This record gives sequence, C-alpha cells and structure tokens, in this order.
Amino acid sequence: MNPVLDVVLRLVILLLVFVVMSLVVGQTEHKVMAHMQGRLGPMYAGGYHGWAQLVADAVKFVQKEDVCPRDSDRWVFKLAPAVALSPYLVALAAIPFTATLVVADVSAGSLFVLAAIAVGILGVLMAGWSSANKYSLLGGMRAAAQLLSYELPMVLSVASVALAAGTLSLTGIANAWHPLWLLWQLPGAFVFLTAAVAELKRTPFDMPVAEPEIVMGPLTEYSGLRFAFFMLSEYAGIVVMSLLFTVLFLGGWHGPFSDGLGLVWTLLKSAVISVVIIWARVSWPRLREDQLQRLAWLVLVPLALAQLALTAGWVVLSSQ
Amino acid sequence: MTEQQHSQESPSKASRFSGMVPGLIKGLATTARTLATPSHTLEYPDVKPYLPPRTRGVIALLEENCTNCMLCARECPDWCIYIDSHKETLPATTEGGRERQRNVLDRFAIDFSLCMYCGICIEVCPFDALHWSPEFEYAEFDMRDLLHEKSKLGQWMPTVPPPPALDPNSAEPQEITAANKPARTVPKGRS
Repeated sequence: MNPVLDVVLRLVILLLVFVVMSLVVGQTEHKVMAHMQGRLGPMYAGGYHGWAQLVADAVKFVQKEDVCPRDSDRWVFKLAPAVALSPYLVALAAIPFTATLVVADVSAGSLFVLAAIAVGILGVLMAGWSSANKYSLLGGMRAAAQLLSYELPMVLSVASVALAAGTLSLTGIANAWHPLWLLWQLPGAFVFLTAAVAELKRTPFDMPVAEPEIVMGPLTEYSGLRFAFFMLSEYAGIVVMSLLFTVLFLGGWHGPFSDGLGLVWTLLKSAVISVVIIWARVSWPRLREDQLQRLAWLVLVPLALAQLALTAGWVVLSSQ
Repeated sequence: MTEQQHSQESPSKASRFSGMVPGLIKGLATTARTLATPSHTLEYPDVKPYLPPRTRGVIALLEENCTNCMLCARECPDWCIYIDSHKETLPATTEGGRERQRNVLDRFAIDFSLCMYCGICIEVCPFDALHWSPEFEYAEFDMRDLLHEKSKLGQWMPTVPPPPALDPNSAEPQEITAANKPARTVPKGRS
C-alpha cells in the first residue's frame, strides 16, 4: 500500500476511534451517574435512552459564542484546549488494542505514552494563566501542582511493570503478562489507577475545578467549542487511562479465545476500568488540597517505590 | 473515658486511615445499590403523575349548583373570585299564579394568578358548586391569561374525582337518612 495513504488511513481511523470512544465513555458517565443517583439521565436526544445526548451537546456548543476575555492572553487562551486535548490523541496512537492492532507500534511505547499524557498539564496551566481570572489562575496552579506530584507515582508504577516484563514496549508488556501479575503487581496497579484519576482531575481529585471554591478552575472563562474540547479531553483521558491500565496491568487482549476476541477483551477490560473511575466520582467526596498532596507523597510514592523494589528483587532472583 | 476522649481528639495516622476505608467502601456500596434499583424518576410529559384525589390542582365550578350567593367571593382572602348575576322573572305556570324569580349567573371567574389555593371558597360553598380538581396543566405565557371564566372552570368538572368513601361505622349521609325516613302519615281522627 502507498505509505502516505496508509498513514492517512491510520490517522483517520485513530481520530474516529478517539472521538467515538470518548463520547461512549461520556454517555456512560451520564447514564451510570444518573442511575447511581436514582435518576434516569438523558432520555430524549436520539430517541433511545438519549444515546445522542453528547452529539446534541456538541451541536449546542458549536452554536454558542466563543467568548475571549478582554485582558486574556489571546493566543495562549485559544490554544489551550487543543494542547489539553491532543496529547490524549497522540497517546492513543501508541496504545495497542491487540498484539497487531496498533496505529503506531513504538518500541518504547510506555515511555512515549506517559510523556505525551504529561503534555496535557501544559494545556490546563495555559488555560489557567491566560484567562486573566484569579479563579482560573488558582485552578491552574492547583492543577499543575497536582499533576506534577501524581506524575511521579504513576511513572514509578509503570516502571515496575516494565521491569517485570523486561521491555518498555506496551505490546511487549502485555505479551509478557501473566495472571499472577494481578497479585504481585497489585500495589502498582492501585497506585497507577489512583494517579490516573488524579491526572484526569476527576473526583475525588478534582481540586483544580472545585466548583464551590473556584468556580470551574482553569475552565471558568471558556465557552462554546473550546469548553467542549476540555470536556472531551476529560473523557478522552478516561479512555486513554483505562486502555493503558488494561494493557499494563490486566494483560490487554489476554483471555479465553484471545486469538479471535483479543480486541473484545481489551475493550471489555477498559470499559470496566472506565466504569470504576466513574463510580469513584459518584461515590466519593473531594480531597482537600493538602490531603491531596499528602496522599501523593506519603502514600503513593512509597507504595510505588516498594512495588518497584519488590519487582526488581523478583526479576533479579528469577533471572539467576 | 478520658483516654477515649483523648484518642478521639487526636487519632493516630493508622486509625485515621482505617476509619477512612470503610467509609469509602460504604460510599461505593451505596451508589452500587442505587444503580441496581430502578430509578424514582417519572418521565412527566410522557407519563402522567399519580396524584391523590385530594390534590389541590385547580378549582372547578359546577354551574348548575351555584346560586350566586356570593359566599365564596366574600370569603376569598385575596378577592380573586368575580361574580356577576341578575334576577330573572319567570311567568306564572298556572293562571293567577305567582311570578317566580330566579338568579342567573352571568359571570363566574377565578383569577388563578391571585388565588392562593387555600380552598376556603370550596369549604364555604353551601351547595357544592366548587370542587378541587387534581388538574394542574394550565400554565400560561401571560399572567393575565390566568383569569379563567366559568366556561373554563366548568371544563375542569369532569376531572374532579368522586368523593372518598365513608369511613366504616360512620353515620349515614344526611341525604340518605332523609330519604329512608318513612313518609308522614296523617293521624287518625283528623281530616
């Protein structure tokens, strides 16, 4: 096949998968959250149980005025939603759905994905800084502090898995996966999931957008399509994080009949993780800023380091 | 006791952590249980709500029962009932008989933008011309359109639920007692 055409085709498919999966997660959040609160959620848009609610929302957002505050740093303000959203798109490109189904099989995939996701911080910080709004600035600062401190335990827990598998490639890690990993990588998995929820700035770690205190944090001044991009980036983040968790800790496409149903296994496992993330949001209150930092540095980092030591010890002992 | 108080005031880190975990699990369990039970939402425009028979939705008028006595209008705390009437003279039905007069209701209107749904008019009506109806879908875009005339008030009459059944062992309604009383007989010896 023509290499240019191949790349274009892959990118189009990637974009399609990215948007569809994000919207499905968003819709799932609407419905699961509603039913967990004894409501029904959207019921009208699209006819059947409001399946097209987010599409309708997008249409509404497009029609809205794109407000840009007078004192804002115009270009930074306008660029921020794109910087927040696109890292997840880039990260998704490197995440394998099955051993062969991946847009770009990077040899150091786990490193690449983590690096790409970390760029997302920049988008939030840009939004907070450029809005010319004290609430946005406070939110942006909180987001930066939170994302930086949760980056470390996340990287450490991924390092543990990479060490256990002996490779940085995501495909390699998933291939080296063994059901026993569920047991002895459990602390790492816990650290990764917690850090992932914190990276996504979702309850119980939604201090940066804490509505009762700082309006909507960095998103305060945004409206219309740019606000929608931030919302989409949140859902896209859930997709990427749960896929990453599936590939790293749950063996990705491994499962009964994995030859034919590998993709189904990956999607099923990541769907479960997405629902868990949504479930936590509905059930738990928000952590205070100092509690949030204490959890990261006094619980997650030591736990991740202990996991890393355990994995290293096991790898050294088993290789002898 | 003092020891307990002390431990409550400054719990150790471990006990604070162990106190947090059951709470988190409880939260998860509560939301999961709610997810598993059917939601309480009634899809209102599609599914009509069940309203108990004594619901104070709107006041309906049974025009035939109204005698224009004006009791309701006078008792109304915010004077939202408007009544116009005139007397009509009916010719005598038999020759040499007396002409009869009857009241004719020209206008009966309730301004629901003023009405506070106290129900005093219904309580006070001696002839059961006013009734509570559970009907509630009569919102208007203009406040002035909430002044409803007797034709509209009469249209709500079919939505009035039948009165609730009497309590067991309660006394018979007056009307039934009166109807069941044996007819008066003429005492003997008189004619």
